Amino acid sequence: MHISEGVLSPSVLIAGAALTTAGVAVGLKGLDHEEIPSMGILSAAFFVASLVHVPIGPSSVHLILNGLLGLILGWKAFPAILIGLALQALLFQFGGITTLGVNTLNMALPAVICYYVFGWGLRAGTRQVVFTATAFACGACAVLISGVLVGFSLYLTGEAFLPAAKLLVAAHLPVMLIEGVLTAACALFLRRVKPKLLEGQYVPRPSSS
Amino acid sequence: MIEELSGRDSLIHRLDPRVKIVLVFLFSVLVAVSDRFLVLLSALALGFCIALLARLPVKQLVGRLVPVNLFIVFLWFFLPFTFEGEPLFSVGPLVGTHEGVLYAARISIKSNAIMAVMIALVASTSILTLGHAMYELRIPKKLVHLFFFTYRYIHVIHQEYVRLVSAMKVRGFRPGTNMHTYKSFAHLVGMLLVRSSDRAERVYNAMLCRGFRGNLYSLSTFSLKSYDVISLVFMLAMMLALGVLEWTKMV
Repeated sequence: MHISEGVLSPSVLIAGAALTTAGVAVGLKGLDHEEIPSMGILSAAFFVASLVHVPIGPSSVHLILNGLLGLILGWKAFPAILIGLALQALLFQFGGITTLGVNTLNMALPAVICYYVFGWGLRAGTRQVVFTATAFACGACAVLISGVLVGFSLYLTGEAFLPAAKLLVAAHLPVMLIEGVLTAACALFLRRVKPKLLEGQYVPRPSSS
Repeated sequence: MIEELSGRDSLIHRLDPRVKIVLVFLFSVLVAVSDRFLVLLSALALGFCIALLARLPVKQLVGRLVPVNLFIVFLWFFLPFTFEGEPLFSVGPLVGTHEGVLYAARISIKSNAIMAVMIALVASTSILTLGHAMYELRIPKKLVHLFFFTYRYIHVIHQEYVRLVSAMKVRGFRPGTNMHTYKSFAHLVGMLLVRSSDRAERVYNAMLCRGFRGNLYSLSTFSLKSYDVISLVFMLAMMLALGVLEWTKMV
Protein backbone atom coordinates (compact mmCIF):
# COMPACT_ATOMS: atom_id res chain seq x y z
CA MET A 1 0.00 0.00 0.00
CA HIS A 2 1.42 3.35 -0.96
CA ILE A 3 0.79 6.38 1.14
CA SER A 4 -0.14 9.31 -1.09
CA GLU A 5 1.60 12.64 -1.25
CA GLY A 6 0.49 15.30 1.19
CA VAL A 7 -0.91 12.96 3.82
CA LEU A 8 1.93 12.48 6.27
CA SER A 9 3.32 15.12 8.61
CA PRO A 10 6.75 16.65 7.83
CA SER A 11 8.44 14.93 10.78
CA VAL A 12 7.31 11.47 9.61
CA LEU A 13 8.46 12.26 6.07
CA ILE A 14 11.88 13.42 7.26
CA ALA A 15 12.36 10.42 9.56
CA GLY A 16 11.38 8.05 6.74
CA ALA A 17 13.72 9.74 4.27
CA ALA A 18 16.62 9.67 6.74
CA LEU A 19 16.21 5.98 7.57
CA THR A 20 15.81 5.06 3.92
CA THR A 21 18.96 7.01 3.04
CA ALA A 22 20.86 5.01 5.64
CA GLY A 23 19.42 1.72 4.37
CA VAL A 24 20.21 2.54 0.76
CA ALA A 25 23.74 3.55 1.73
CA VAL A 26 24.29 0.17 3.40
CA GLY A 27 22.80 -1.60 0.36
CA LEU A 28 24.96 0.32 -2.12
CA LYS A 29 28.10 -0.24 -0.11
CA GLY A 30 27.78 -3.97 -0.60
CA LEU A 31 27.07 -3.57 -4.28
CA ASP A 32 29.96 -3.93 -6.73
CA HIS A 33 29.91 -2.06 -10.01
CA GLU A 34 30.00 -5.40 -11.75
CA GLU A 35 26.84 -6.55 -10.02
CA ILE A 36 24.77 -3.59 -11.14
CA PRO A 37 23.48 -5.10 -14.41
CA SER A 38 22.29 -8.31 -12.74
CA MET A 39 20.84 -6.43 -9.79
CA GLY A 40 18.95 -4.16 -12.15
CA ILE A 41 17.55 -7.09 -14.07
CA LEU A 42 16.42 -8.83 -10.88
CA SER A 43 14.86 -5.60 -9.61
CA ALA A 44 13.02 -5.35 -12.91
CA ALA A 45 11.76 -8.92 -12.44
CA PHE A 46 10.37 -8.02 -9.02
CA PHE A 47 8.84 -4.86 -10.48
CA VAL A 48 7.02 -6.96 -13.08
CA ALA A 49 6.03 -9.56 -10.44
CA SER A 50 4.42 -6.78 -8.41
CA LEU A 51 2.13 -6.09 -11.37
CA VAL A 52 0.72 -9.64 -11.20
CA HIS A 53 -2.82 -9.68 -9.86
CA VAL A 54 -3.90 -12.75 -7.95
CA PRO A 55 -7.62 -13.43 -7.48
CA ILE A 56 -8.99 -13.59 -3.95
CA GLY A 57 -12.73 -14.15 -3.71
CA PRO A 58 -14.52 -11.59 -5.86
CA SER A 59 -11.60 -9.17 -5.99
CA SER A 60 -7.86 -9.42 -6.59
CA VAL A 61 -4.64 -8.27 -4.96
CA HIS A 62 -1.33 -7.48 -6.51
CA LEU A 63 1.76 -9.28 -5.28
CA ILE A 64 4.33 -7.53 -3.11
CA LEU A 65 6.86 -10.32 -2.53
CA ASN A 66 9.12 -8.17 -0.39
CA GLY A 67 9.85 -11.23 1.77
CA LEU A 68 11.25 -13.14 -1.19
CA LEU A 69 13.08 -10.01 -2.36
CA GLY A 70 14.73 -9.72 1.05
CA LEU A 71 15.77 -13.39 0.99
CA ILE A 72 17.42 -13.02 -2.40
CA LEU A 73 18.92 -9.55 -2.10
CA GLY A 74 19.48 -8.90 1.62
CA TRP A 75 20.33 -5.23 2.30
CA LYS A 76 20.29 -4.56 -1.42
CA ALA A 77 16.51 -4.73 -1.10
CA PHE A 78 16.72 -1.05 -0.08
CA PRO A 79 18.14 0.31 -3.35
CA ALA A 80 16.08 -2.19 -5.36
CA ILE A 81 12.81 -1.10 -3.74
CA LEU A 82 13.76 2.59 -3.87
CA ILE A 83 14.28 2.33 -7.63
CA GLY A 84 11.12 0.27 -8.04
CA LEU A 85 9.01 2.84 -6.20
CA ALA A 86 10.66 5.76 -8.01
CA LEU A 87 9.78 4.13 -11.32
CA GLN A 88 6.23 3.46 -10.16
CA ALA A 89 5.93 7.14 -9.26
CA LEU A 90 7.32 8.21 -12.63
CA LEU A 91 5.39 5.73 -14.76
CA PHE A 92 2.07 5.36 -12.96
CA GLN A 93 2.09 8.23 -10.42
CA PHE A 94 1.74 5.90 -7.44
CA GLY A 95 3.34 8.03 -4.74
CA GLY A 96 5.72 10.89 -5.35
CA ILE A 97 8.96 12.50 -4.26
CA THR A 98 8.27 13.45 -0.65
CA THR A 99 6.77 10.08 0.30
CA LEU A 100 9.47 8.05 -1.45
CA GLY A 101 11.49 7.72 1.75
CA VAL A 102 8.65 6.52 3.96
CA ASN A 103 7.22 4.17 1.34
CA THR A 104 10.64 2.62 0.66
CA LEU A 105 11.24 2.14 4.36
CA ASN A 106 7.84 0.48 4.85
CA MET A 107 8.59 -2.07 2.14
CA ALA A 108 12.35 -2.57 2.47
CA LEU A 109 12.77 -2.75 6.23
CA PRO A 110 10.54 -5.86 6.50
CA ALA A 111 12.54 -7.40 3.64
CA VAL A 112 15.82 -6.92 5.51
CA ILE A 113 14.30 -8.14 8.80
CA CYS A 114 13.05 -11.28 7.05
CA TYR A 115 16.46 -11.82 5.52
CA TYR A 116 18.02 -11.99 8.99
CA VAL A 117 15.21 -13.89 10.71
CA PHE A 118 14.37 -16.48 8.06
CA GLY A 119 17.43 -16.65 5.82
CA TRP A 120 18.94 -19.59 7.72
CA GLY A 121 15.94 -21.84 7.01
CA LEU A 122 16.33 -21.59 3.27
CA ARG A 123 19.91 -22.69 2.75
CA ALA A 124 20.72 -25.97 1.07
CA GLY A 125 20.23 -29.06 3.17
CA THR A 126 17.26 -27.93 5.27
CA ARG A 127 14.42 -30.41 5.39
CA GLN A 128 11.51 -29.84 3.05
CA VAL A 129 9.01 -29.21 5.86
CA VAL A 130 11.23 -26.68 7.61
CA PHE A 131 12.04 -25.04 4.31
CA THR A 132 8.38 -24.65 3.33
CA ALA A 133 7.34 -23.37 6.74
CA THR A 134 10.17 -20.82 6.85
CA ALA A 135 9.38 -19.54 3.37
CA PHE A 136 5.69 -19.22 4.25
CA ALA A 137 6.49 -17.36 7.46
CA CYS A 138 8.92 -15.11 5.61
CA GLY A 139 6.38 -14.08 2.96
CA ALA A 140 3.59 -13.59 5.49
CA CYS A 141 5.67 -11.70 8.06
CA ALA A 142 7.13 -9.31 5.50
CA VAL A 143 3.64 -8.20 4.47
CA LEU A 144 2.43 -8.04 8.06
CA ILE A 145 5.35 -5.84 9.12
CA SER A 146 4.80 -3.65 6.07
CA GLY A 147 1.14 -3.24 6.98
CA VAL A 148 2.01 -2.36 10.55
CA LEU A 149 4.63 0.15 9.41
CA VAL A 150 2.15 1.83 7.05
CA GLY A 151 -0.40 2.01 9.86
CA PHE A 152 2.26 3.33 12.23
CA SER A 153 3.32 6.07 9.77
CA LEU A 154 -0.28 7.25 9.60
CA TYR A 155 -0.73 7.03 13.37
CA LEU A 156 2.42 9.08 14.00
CA THR A 157 1.02 11.79 11.73
CA GLY A 158 -2.10 12.19 13.86
CA GLU A 159 -4.18 10.16 16.29
CA ALA A 160 -7.21 10.79 14.10
CA PHE A 161 -5.70 8.34 11.62
CA LEU A 162 -5.91 5.47 14.11
CA PRO A 163 -9.16 3.85 12.83
CA ALA A 164 -7.99 4.12 9.22
CA ALA A 165 -4.61 2.70 10.20
CA LYS A 166 -6.24 -0.25 11.98
CA LEU A 167 -8.40 -1.01 8.96
CA LEU A 168 -5.30 -0.90 6.74
CA VAL A 169 -3.51 -3.44 8.93
CA ALA A 170 -6.63 -5.64 8.95
CA ALA A 171 -6.81 -5.43 5.15
CA HIS A 172 -3.26 -6.76 5.02
CA LEU A 173 -4.22 -10.00 6.81
CA PRO A 174 -5.71 -11.90 3.82
CA VAL A 175 -2.88 -10.56 1.64
CA MET A 176 -0.48 -11.96 4.22
CA LEU A 177 -1.81 -15.50 3.76
CA ILE A 178 -1.63 -15.30 -0.01
CA GLU A 179 1.89 -13.87 0.06
CA GLY A 180 2.93 -16.62 2.45
CA VAL A 181 1.56 -19.35 0.21
CA LEU A 182 3.05 -17.81 -2.90
CA THR A 183 6.44 -17.19 -1.32
CA ALA A 184 6.55 -20.79 -0.09
CA ALA A 185 5.55 -22.23 -3.48
CA CYS A 186 7.95 -19.91 -5.29
CA ALA A 187 10.85 -20.74 -2.96
CA LEU A 188 10.19 -24.49 -3.41
CA PHE A 189 10.21 -23.95 -7.16
CA LEU A 190 13.49 -22.04 -7.01
CA ARG A 191 15.00 -24.73 -4.78
CA ARG A 192 14.27 -27.34 -7.44
CA VAL A 193 15.14 -25.22 -10.49
CA LYS A 194 17.82 -22.72 -9.45
CA PRO A 195 18.92 -23.14 -5.84
CA LYS A 196 21.77 -20.67 -6.32
CA LEU A 197 19.29 -17.79 -6.27
CA LEU A 198 18.29 -18.60 -2.70
CA GLU A 199 21.81 -19.13 -1.47
CA GLY A 200 22.90 -15.57 -1.31
CA GLN A 201 24.31 -15.34 -4.81
CA TYR A 202 23.46 -11.66 -4.79
CA VAL A 203 24.19 -11.07 -1.12
CA PRO A 204 27.72 -10.04 -0.15
CA ARG A 205 29.46 -12.54 2.09
CA PRO A 206 31.60 -10.54 4.49
CA SER A 207 33.89 -13.49 5.29
CA SER A 208 34.84 -14.28 1.69
CA SER A 209 37.21 -11.38 1.06
CA MET B 1 1.94 -1.63 -20.11
CA ILE B 2 4.13 1.39 -19.84
CA GLU B 3 3.41 4.43 -21.88
CA GLU B 4 5.53 7.48 -21.66
CA LEU B 5 3.84 10.80 -21.95
CA SER B 6 6.81 12.73 -23.21
CA GLY B 7 7.41 13.47 -26.85
CA ARG B 8 5.43 16.61 -27.55
CA ASP B 9 6.96 20.05 -27.44
CA SER B 10 6.19 22.96 -25.13
CA LEU B 11 7.82 25.60 -22.95
CA ILE B 12 8.13 23.04 -20.18
CA HIS B 13 9.65 20.46 -22.52
CA ARG B 14 12.47 22.80 -23.42
CA LEU B 15 13.42 23.45 -19.81
CA ASP B 16 16.67 21.88 -18.56
CA PRO B 17 15.71 18.57 -16.88
CA ARG B 18 17.95 19.36 -13.90
CA VAL B 19 16.02 22.58 -13.29
CA LYS B 20 12.77 20.66 -13.55
CA ILE B 21 13.81 18.04 -11.01
CA VAL B 22 15.00 20.65 -8.51
CA LEU B 23 11.83 22.71 -8.90
CA VAL B 24 9.49 19.73 -8.59
CA PHE B 25 11.37 18.60 -5.50
CA LEU B 26 11.23 22.03 -3.82
CA PHE B 27 7.60 22.49 -4.79
CA SER B 28 6.63 19.08 -3.35
CA VAL B 29 8.41 19.77 -0.08
CA LEU B 30 6.87 23.24 0.21
CA VAL B 31 3.34 21.91 -0.36
CA ALA B 32 3.86 18.93 1.94
CA VAL B 33 4.81 21.17 4.89
CA SER B 34 2.28 23.96 4.29
CA ASP B 35 -1.02 24.14 6.14
CA ARG B 36 -2.70 27.40 5.18
CA PHE B 37 -5.57 27.06 2.73
CA LEU B 38 -4.64 30.18 0.79
CA VAL B 39 -1.14 28.77 0.20
CA LEU B 40 -2.40 25.31 -0.70
CA LEU B 41 -5.02 26.58 -3.14
CA SER B 42 -2.49 28.86 -4.85
CA ALA B 43 -0.10 25.93 -5.08
CA LEU B 44 -2.83 23.77 -6.59
CA ALA B 45 -3.60 26.45 -9.18
CA LEU B 46 0.11 26.87 -9.91
CA GLY B 47 0.50 23.10 -10.28
CA PHE B 48 -2.33 22.83 -12.76
CA CYS B 49 -1.04 25.84 -14.72
CA ILE B 50 2.32 24.10 -15.07
CA ALA B 51 0.65 20.85 -16.14
CA LEU B 52 -1.35 22.71 -18.77
CA LEU B 53 1.75 24.63 -19.90
CA ALA B 54 3.33 21.24 -20.54
CA ARG B 55 0.57 20.78 -23.12
CA LEU B 56 -0.77 17.78 -21.31
CA PRO B 57 -4.29 16.93 -22.57
CA VAL B 58 -6.76 17.57 -19.72
CA LYS B 59 -8.26 14.12 -20.16
CA GLN B 60 -4.89 12.43 -19.59
CA LEU B 61 -4.10 14.66 -16.64
CA VAL B 62 -7.40 13.78 -14.95
CA GLY B 63 -7.00 10.11 -15.85
CA ARG B 64 -3.63 10.05 -14.14
CA LEU B 65 -4.95 11.80 -11.06
CA VAL B 66 -7.70 9.20 -10.46
CA PRO B 67 -5.52 6.46 -8.93
CA VAL B 68 -3.82 9.08 -6.72
CA ASN B 69 -7.18 10.06 -5.32
CA LEU B 70 -8.31 6.55 -4.40
CA PHE B 71 -6.25 6.64 -1.19
CA ILE B 72 -7.57 10.15 -0.49
CA VAL B 73 -11.17 8.96 -0.89
CA PHE B 74 -10.38 6.16 1.58
CA LEU B 75 -9.20 8.77 4.09
CA TRP B 76 -12.36 10.85 3.56
CA PHE B 77 -14.36 7.95 5.00
CA PHE B 78 -12.47 8.26 8.27
CA LEU B 79 -10.96 11.66 8.94
CA PRO B 80 -14.15 13.77 9.23
CA PHE B 81 -15.42 11.42 11.95
CA THR B 82 -12.26 10.68 13.87
CA PHE B 83 -11.08 14.26 14.35
CA GLU B 84 -12.24 15.92 17.52
CA GLY B 85 -13.88 19.31 17.22
CA GLU B 86 -17.11 21.14 16.49
CA PRO B 87 -19.81 18.88 15.02
CA LEU B 88 -20.68 19.80 11.46
CA PHE B 89 -22.96 17.01 10.24
CA SER B 90 -23.93 13.50 11.26
CA VAL B 91 -24.44 10.20 9.49
CA GLY B 92 -26.36 7.85 11.79
CA PRO B 93 -24.39 7.62 15.04
CA LEU B 94 -21.28 9.18 13.50
CA VAL B 95 -20.59 12.86 13.87
CA GLY B 96 -18.47 14.65 11.31
CA THR B 97 -16.46 17.54 12.68
CA HIS B 98 -15.54 20.85 11.16
CA GLU B 99 -11.82 20.27 11.82
CA GLY B 100 -11.94 16.80 10.35
CA VAL B 101 -13.42 17.99 7.08
CA LEU B 102 -10.88 20.81 6.85
CA TYR B 103 -8.04 18.36 7.48
CA ALA B 104 -9.25 15.96 4.81
CA ALA B 105 -9.70 18.83 2.37
CA ARG B 106 -6.16 20.01 3.08
CA ILE B 107 -4.75 16.57 2.34
CA SER B 108 -6.73 16.33 -0.90
CA ILE B 109 -5.44 19.69 -2.14
CA LYS B 110 -1.83 18.91 -1.17
CA SER B 111 -1.89 15.54 -2.85
CA ASN B 112 -3.34 16.82 -6.12
CA ALA B 113 -1.05 19.85 -6.28
CA ILE B 114 2.07 17.72 -5.86
CA MET B 115 0.90 15.10 -8.34
CA ALA B 116 0.03 17.74 -10.95
CA VAL B 117 3.63 19.03 -11.09
CA MET B 118 4.94 15.48 -10.95
CA ILE B 119 2.83 14.54 -13.98
CA ALA B 120 4.00 17.69 -15.77
CA LEU B 121 7.61 16.66 -15.13
CA VAL B 122 7.17 13.12 -16.41
CA ALA B 123 5.06 14.30 -19.32
CA SER B 124 7.80 16.60 -20.53
CA THR B 125 10.94 14.51 -19.96
CA SER B 126 11.84 10.98 -20.94
CA ILE B 127 12.79 8.62 -18.13
CA LEU B 128 16.31 8.16 -19.49
CA THR B 129 16.88 11.92 -19.57
CA LEU B 130 15.70 12.07 -15.97
CA GLY B 131 18.29 9.43 -15.10
CA HIS B 132 21.11 11.45 -16.66
CA ALA B 133 19.87 14.60 -14.94
CA MET B 134 19.84 12.78 -11.59
CA TYR B 135 23.45 11.82 -12.17
CA GLU B 136 24.32 15.45 -12.90
CA LEU B 137 22.59 16.39 -9.66
CA ARG B 138 25.09 14.25 -7.74
CA ILE B 139 22.82 11.30 -7.01
CA PRO B 140 25.19 8.33 -6.41
CA LYS B 141 26.38 6.75 -9.63
CA LYS B 142 25.53 3.22 -8.55
CA LEU B 143 21.96 4.22 -7.85
CA VAL B 144 21.58 5.93 -11.21
CA HIS B 145 23.04 2.92 -13.04
CA LEU B 146 20.68 0.64 -11.19
CA PHE B 147 17.85 2.94 -12.22
CA PHE B 148 18.88 2.66 -15.88
CA PHE B 149 19.17 -1.11 -15.86
CA THR B 150 15.92 -1.64 -14.00
CA TYR B 151 14.04 0.65 -16.34
CA ARG B 152 15.61 -0.89 -19.41
CA TYR B 153 14.77 -4.46 -18.39
CA ILE B 154 11.24 -3.85 -17.10
CA HIS B 155 10.10 -3.84 -20.72
CA VAL B 156 12.01 -6.98 -21.61
CA ILE B 157 10.88 -8.92 -18.58
CA HIS B 158 7.32 -7.76 -18.97
CA GLN B 159 7.33 -9.26 -22.46
CA GLU B 160 8.67 -12.46 -20.99
CA TYR B 161 5.82 -12.36 -18.48
CA VAL B 162 3.21 -11.81 -21.19
CA ARG B 163 4.64 -14.79 -23.06
CA LEU B 164 4.43 -17.02 -19.98
CA VAL B 165 0.85 -15.93 -19.31
CA SER B 166 -0.24 -16.68 -22.86
CA ALA B 167 1.38 -20.10 -22.54
CA MET B 168 -0.71 -20.70 -19.43
CA LYS B 169 -3.89 -19.50 -21.14
CA VAL B 170 -3.27 -21.74 -24.14
CA ARG B 171 -3.21 -24.66 -21.72
CA GLY B 172 -6.59 -23.66 -20.32
CA PHE B 173 -5.52 -21.93 -17.10
CA ARG B 174 -8.37 -20.07 -15.39
CA PRO B 175 -7.47 -18.10 -12.26
CA GLY B 176 -9.73 -18.55 -9.24
CA THR B 177 -9.48 -18.57 -5.46
CA ASN B 178 -7.80 -21.94 -5.03
CA MET B 179 -4.48 -23.55 -4.29
CA HIS B 180 -3.89 -24.50 -7.92
CA THR B 181 -4.08 -20.86 -8.98
CA TYR B 182 -1.69 -19.69 -6.27
CA LYS B 183 0.77 -22.42 -7.06
CA SER B 184 0.64 -21.62 -10.76
CA PHE B 185 1.25 -17.94 -10.11
CA ALA B 186 4.10 -18.78 -7.74
CA HIS B 187 5.73 -20.91 -10.44
CA LEU B 188 5.16 -18.10 -12.92
CA VAL B 189 7.02 -15.68 -10.67
CA GLY B 190 9.71 -18.28 -10.01
CA MET B 191 10.20 -18.86 -13.71
CA LEU B 192 10.40 -15.11 -14.25
CA LEU B 193 13.17 -14.87 -11.64
CA VAL B 194 15.07 -17.84 -13.08
CA ARG B 195 14.94 -16.47 -16.60
CA SER B 196 15.89 -13.00 -15.42
CA SER B 197 18.91 -14.26 -13.56
CA ASP B 198 20.00 -16.31 -16.60
CA ARG B 199 19.51 -13.26 -18.76
CA ALA B 200 21.49 -11.16 -16.29
CA GLU B 201 24.45 -13.49 -16.67
CA ARG B 202 24.29 -13.34 -20.48
CA VAL B 203 23.90 -9.57 -20.51
CA TYR B 204 26.80 -9.10 -18.15
CA ASN B 205 29.08 -11.34 -20.20
CA ALA B 206 28.09 -9.51 -23.36
CA MET B 207 28.88 -6.21 -21.68
CA LEU B 208 32.27 -7.49 -20.55
CA CYS B 209 33.01 -8.46 -24.16
CA ARG B 210 32.33 -4.87 -25.16
CA GLY B 211 34.69 -3.49 -22.52
CA PHE B 212 32.29 -2.60 -19.70
CA ARG B 213 34.20 -1.36 -16.66
CA GLY B 214 31.43 0.01 -14.51
CA ASN B 215 30.87 3.27 -16.39
CA LEU B 216 27.98 4.46 -18.46
CA TYR B 217 28.46 7.42 -20.76
CA SER B 218 25.82 9.92 -21.69
CA LEU B 219 25.81 11.26 -25.24
CA SER B 220 23.70 14.26 -24.35
CA THR B 221 25.08 17.09 -22.28
CA PHE B 222 23.03 19.60 -20.38
CA SER B 223 23.66 23.30 -20.39
CA LEU B 224 21.87 26.06 -18.58
CA LYS B 225 20.47 28.63 -20.98
CA SER B 226 19.12 32.04 -20.07
CA TYR B 227 15.60 30.68 -20.50
CA ASP B 228 16.33 28.06 -17.81
CA VAL B 229 17.73 30.64 -15.43
CA ILE B 230 14.73 32.95 -15.90
CA SER B 231 12.29 30.09 -15.29
CA LEU B 232 14.23 28.94 -12.26
CA VAL B 233 14.28 32.41 -10.73
CA PHE B 234 10.61 32.97 -11.54
CA MET B 235 9.52 29.68 -9.95
CA LEU B 236 11.75 30.19 -6.93
CA ALA B 237 10.19 33.64 -6.45
CA MET B 238 6.70 32.15 -6.64
CA MET B 239 7.59 29.49 -4.11
CA LEU B 240 9.25 32.03 -1.85
CA ALA B 241 6.05 34.09 -1.96
CA LEU B 242 4.03 31.02 -0.98
CA GLY B 243 6.50 30.24 1.78
CA VAL B 244 6.28 33.79 3.19
CA LEU B 245 2.48 33.56 3.04
CA GLU B 246 2.60 30.33 5.02
CA TRP B 247 5.07 31.75 7.51
CA THR B 248 3.11 34.95 8.22
CA LYS B 249 0.28 32.80 9.55
CA MET B 250 2.46 31.67 12.39
CA VAL B 251 3.78 35.06 13.51
